[in-house]
Amino acid sequence: MIGAADDELTIYERSRPGRRAFVAPALDVPEAPLDELLPTSLRRAEPPRLPEVSEPEIVRHYNRLSKRNFDLDTGFYPLGSCTMKHNPKLHERVAALSGHAHLHPLQDPRRAQGALELMWRLQQALAEIAGLPHVSLQPSAGSHGELAGVLLTRAFHEDHGEVRTKVLTPDTAHGTNPATVTMAGYEVVKVGTDADGNVDLDDLRAKADAEVACLMLTNPSTLGLFEPGIEQIAEIVHGVGATLYYDGANLNAIMGVCRPGDMGFDIVHFNLHKTFTQPHGGGGPGSGPIAVAERIAPYLPRPQVVGRDGAANGGSEAGYDLDYDRPKSIGRLRGMHGNYGVFVRAYAYIRSLGAAGLREVSEVAVLNANYLLARLRHEGVLEYLPSAYPRLCMHEFVLSGAPMKRELQIRTLDLAKRLLDHGVHPPTVYFPLIVEEALLIEPTETETRETLDRFAAAVAEILREARDDPSVARSAPYRTPVRRLDEAAASRRPVIRQPR
Amino acid sequence: MAEANYPDDLLYHPEHDWARVEGGEATFGITWYAQDALGELVFFDAPQVGAHVTKDEPYTEVESVKAVSDVFAPLSGEIVAVNDALSEKPETINEDPYGEGWLVRVRLSDPAETESLMDAQTYEAGLE
Repeated sequence: MIGAADDELTIYERSRPGRRAFVAPALDVPEAPLDELLPTSLRRAEPPRLPEVSEPEIVRHYNRLSKRNFDLDTGFYPLGSCTMKHNPKLHERVAALSGHAHLHPLQDPRRAQGALELMWRLQQALAEIAGLPHVSLQPSAGSHGELAGVLLTRAFHEDHGEVRTKVLTPDTAHGTNPATVTMAGYEVVKVGTDADGNVDLDDLRAKADAEVACLMLTNPSTLGLFEPGIEQIAEIVHGVGATLYYDGANLNAIMGVCRPGDMGFDIVHFNLHKTFTQPHGGGGPGSGPIAVAERIAPYLPRPQVVGRDGAANGGSEAGYDLDYDRPKSIGRLRGMHGNYGVFVRAYAYIRSLGAAGLREVSEVAVLNANYLLARLRHEGVLEYLPSAYPRLCMHEFVLSGAPMKRELQIRTLDLAKRLLDHGVHPPTVYFPLIVEEALLIEPTETETRETLDRFAAAVAEILREARDDPSVARSAPYRTPVRRLDEAAASRRPVIRQPR
Repeated sequence: MAEANYPDDLLYHPEHDWARVEGGEATFGITWYAQDALGELVFFDAPQVGAHVTKDEPYTEVESVKAVSDVFAPLSGEIVAVNDALSEKPETINEDPYGEGWLVRVRLSDPAETESLMDAQTYEAGLE
């Protein structure tokens, strides 16, 4: 090892003029004049500033960076609301098959029947899980699925000659919900939470009126609690002619047990990257398909992947196609057909587990969360970090670090940072916003009992340590590639360009 | 960061805002509790002078490392001054929430509204 300073260099700082990783062989075909290939107006005046490095330098640089990352293949990652479950390695093999990985998105549908069939079958499976008949795979992130859902709501109301201006979201909602509402041109109206952690039905009744286009909800909520009043909620929302939208962030708790469509939801988005296993959280591609009720179907994005029997296919064989003939569609939401590699992995997951297996996923996810909560109680952790709403939880639960802050003089942030020294990725902190010093923990179904026990013991150990000396946690972490980062300075004075 | 304190000469709103009423005008800010709960502030969305604010309604936003939060008007009126220094140094709200960290100055449209605000003792009791 040459030393820490060398370790910190960026790829641009390693650059030396003229150094190359690869040298192209001498040109052995006639050279075409550049002007004939590309008009001057489209060409840059100066070459781009790219790093000039040797191949070993490139390999070492990125290999070193990858080792400094904390990911799911490194350790426990109980990041509430993100469903950081194990991604089976089989999925990578399937997605890498040449027919999947090398298919061009502009391939004639008649020559891409396998891919279209996979997409169609995935749509069918998602429709069954949602309890809603029609699916579009186009949205490419959870937030993108939300935007699709709100745009569908707008199209639905406009088609019925109505102009509505407001969308309701609970005060526990993911930040993407109000952001989506604002982006879609609606006003956000927050609905309160009652003392038990449920949607405040009186507040909902007071705010639900003819101006309301939609209520966006997740069930279980971001507090990890199932909404027992969901049928009443649906009745209130439908009573004023609004749509009920299901944010699929917490679908991992209910798969195969109950269905959003049966609860009264009109539009559902899935996070394939969460519930249906994809490497995510590091900027990898997401996928946020939507499932909708019959009355919303005419407005779905186009093209729609459809299956046709022989007769509809002009008398030839049955097959799959892209249907553009959708006059009421909200249109395209992205180029091409969505993140196809994600579809392959999600479909592999669904087919590997089957209906019974998916139900077991949710059952074990809920069991693991309740076991971990009980284990934390057993370790005495809940004395300082009580359950925000002491009920049976679903796949995740929220603790409040307020007593810990008061009595041990460490904040939730300090606990989170100290957990890094125990080889654990911290849970989500300071969300949901309505819980003081919140810690949102989602263990997922893929962790062993031993891992959950070790996590509970680590939290207990940090609290014991803080009782003796709170400064230890306050200055944590110690064993990570970098120590505590100044998040405030990074937000106030961000350095977003490599200085020349 | 200073210890928790709630000056006696201010009026308090349940959404953790304070008002210092002087004649027909008032200065608004957020309380020690609010800045402590939000954590280090990184952005203050300065409203426009001349804008109208309505009691109990949000009139601007502050952003901390944790979240973006609405700031509620403790009283109604028209903004006559904005603390522009906060755009450069929003951390002043953390450092001195009742002094240099003031947010706006408002010409009150209904001074009688002050009757519904709390004194320091009542506000502090409500935080327990």
